[in-house]
Amino acid sequence: MTAEVLVAGLGLIALLAYAVLGGADFGGGIWDLFASGARRREQRDAIAQAMGPVWEANHVWLIFVIVIIFSAFPLAYQALSIALFVPFHFVLLGIILRGAAFVFRAYSPQSARALGRPSAATPAGGAPGPDDVRAGGASPARPERARPWGVIFGVASTITPVLLGMCLGAVSAGTLRLGEPGEVRIEGAAPWLTPVAWAIGALALALCAYLAAVFLANETGGELREDFRRRALLSGTAVVALSVLALPLVRSEAPHLWDGLVGGRATPVLAVGIIAALLSGWFLRGRRYRAARVAAVTQIVALLTGWAVAQYPYLIYPDLTLAGAAAPRGVLVFVLWSTPAGMLLLLPSLWYLFRVFKGEHLSVRESAHPPD
Amino acid sequence: MDVLTAARLQMEVSLGFHMIFAALGIGMPLLMLIAEWRWLRTGQAHYRALAQKWAKATALTFAVGAVSGTALSFELGLLWPRFMALAGGVLGPAFALEGYAFFIEAIFLGLYLYGWDRLTPRAHWWAGVPIAVSGLASGVLVVAANAWMQAPADFEAVNGRLTQVDPLSVFSTPAWFHLALHSSLSCYIATGFAVAGVYALGMLRGRRDAYHRSGLDIALLVGGIAAVLQPLSGDLSARRIAEYQPAKLAAMEAHYETSTHVPLLIGGIPDGAGGVKWALRIPSGLSLLVGHDPATEITGLNAFPEDERPPVGITHVAFQVMVGCGVVMAALAIWFAWRRRRGDVSGARLLLRAIVLASPLGYIALEAGWIVTEVGRQPWVIYGVMRTADGVTPVSDVPYTLFGFTVLYLALGTALAWLLLRLTDQRYMPADETTYETPEGAA
Repeated sequence: MTAEVLVAGLGLIALLAYAVLGGADFGGGIWDLFASGARRREQRDAIAQAMGPVWEANHVWLIFVIVIIFSAFPLAYQALSIALFVPFHFVLLGIILRGAAFVFRAYSPQSARALGRPSAATPAGGAPGPDDVRAGGASPARPERARPWGVIFGVASTITPVLLGMCLGAVSAGTLRLGEPGEVRIEGAAPWLTPVAWAIGALALALCAYLAAVFLANETGGELREDFRRRALLSGTAVVALSVLALPLVRSEAPHLWDGLVGGRATPVLAVGIIAALLSGWFLRGRRYRAARVAAVTQIVALLTGWAVAQYPYLIYPDLTLAGAAAPRGVLVFVLWSTPAGMLLLLPSLWYLFRVFKGEHLSVRESAHPPD
Repeated sequence: MDVLTAARLQMEVSLGFHMIFAALGIGMPLLMLIAEWRWLRTGQAHYRALAQKWAKATALTFAVGAVSGTALSFELGLLWPRFMALAGGVLGPAFALEGYAFFIEAIFLGLYLYGWDRLTPRAHWWAGVPIAVSGLASGVLVVAANAWMQAPADFEAVNGRLTQVDPLSVFSTPAWFHLALHSSLSCYIATGFAVAGVYALGMLRGRRDAYHRSGLDIALLVGGIAAVLQPLSGDLSARRIAEYQPAKLAAMEAHYETSTHVPLLIGGIPDGAGGVKWALRIPSGLSLLVGHDPATEITGLNAFPEDERPPVGITHVAFQVMVGCGVVMAALAIWFAWRRRRGDVSGARLLLRAIVLASPLGYIALEAGWIVTEVGRQPWVIYGVMRTADGVTPVSDVPYTLFGFTVLYLALGTALAWLLLRLTDQRYMPADETTYETPEGAA
């Protein structure tokens, strides 16, 4: 197997990690925005607590994807940067606003809850923080005063995955054409506004919402867990419906993807994805949350891997292949060799982070506040 | 506005904004570690309170640094696609390693910020060490990429596409060491002096408790040592620049005619016609600095074709601002050290006022120094290889994204400044955080 394929495989793994971990964080923002019912503040608390310690680490996977593209496939990076200038800028706007609003809300003196703030429940100094005092303890009637940051966080988290999905769809749409070195032409619709791109964008939104709801159902308990279970079933249904809608679109607009997915080498992967999707819904119905989480992650991994296998050997269909976009071999070899060394540092650290904050003793957490 | 100007401005806005947080990301973890280490050693609660206060500030600023840094990794391509098509493969190894460093930083910051109650005190302190180390490492690695743009080496390109490269060439550029040293020190200076100003102001307002005294001590320990070392690193930089980028050095000093016994200019505004108004001239100063010999010949701007000269006005003024701020801070650091040896400084109002006034100087110097480095490289994006104008995007929408990002960063900066001010505001402090009077008086 050639070096550029191995590097592309690494890029795919980073993309999968971002889709699962970063995707769930976007989903957290979606459910923050659409928090509803009697326990909407408890829902927001749970989301903020789940995301707080890990969202920045989860976000770094995106940077890895970008770095792999620009160092190993610089021609693809150039073409994407030109063709997707507008949607990438909106993605950045979303990423910046989401992250900033999340911490600004957590550290806002007006934050009634100090959502997602370190040691919000037990202030680290042992003494009650000023916010707790000002907010008057756990009075159920108090307003959420840092709400504007919460709204920005929620809206940005909802829009960004749609745009990221659309950008992913753009490389399969076939309207992004490359000519002479550095020349990019758009034939027909802007690649990120094609029907296929829209379908993948909508699917990305539903998948993020679904993942987050499944994860949150794992990390909460009691009534709150039921809330997230209902949300998971709802968004899971949306995932299935959107997939069914997307299939005929893929067949007519991106036949090369269709051939790979339905009658080609990606078919087994796609089959695993479909089975995992149905299983995760079935586990959720039966309130087997741990199993549902495993199945939901498998589902995302299989769907994205299926897309990548069907898209192979193209990075941008139909003009740019992996081999055609690749950097000189020395760079590819460096990326390959630096990975095990980097992972040797990274994986134990990540394992420690998730063990401390996502360990077993946290997996069933009753809501800290009584329902309103 | 043409696309090139807009793209350069958007890059400047984005990097100038990100740099503030990147510097804090390098400096703040060290301050937290020192404070928490003192707490572990002495058991005095105000050290822990300081570490926690600084951790809160770090949490706010790190997140903004992380997302604005992500924006930059996209903007490199969005604004300079042709540059990245050529240089992506060369710079990639530096950014790949930087990615790991940043990842480690994010992971351990999560542990540090949220782990006060979940980790043992010792484990918690150790969780802070990788933040400080990888923060510094990411800065040094990003600077490697910039250093290669200043002094590119070992690669072949055909038709704007890289064909042959040593993947380690980004680490073998001769500009890396002096740039990384200078910029790392400047991050500690900027952070140290900015933080010191907060506590000096608190003392001037009568809060002379151990909390404020230790805050000032630790901030100036870090910022002051770096400020005193910085002139040495600057001397090294000037000599290296004379070697690799003579046009930049000439622009920094507004030096036109190649000659020996070149004076060093202090201040002054280039008049655009080969002269400098209102400058103080130290005879043979520049020759002495560069070659440690007054007879050293310094290449002047006239030795370069007109379309290969950097803008002299901006480069010269930014250089003067950087050096001026650096000198003031080094002097202030020595003054503080001398006064502090004699005992408590909380009554030294003149010194405290000077520290308050100097608190933005580290950042002014940092931004000015970066302007010297980047504007002084113009008209090249890769020195001697690719012109900035040849790297820019063909997309015509850049003025709009420039406007959008400027507004976005102004709004975020304002909101963040307001939140940080609230962090320092006594009304929002826990009661016990403001009353750390230690009887021994020596914090």
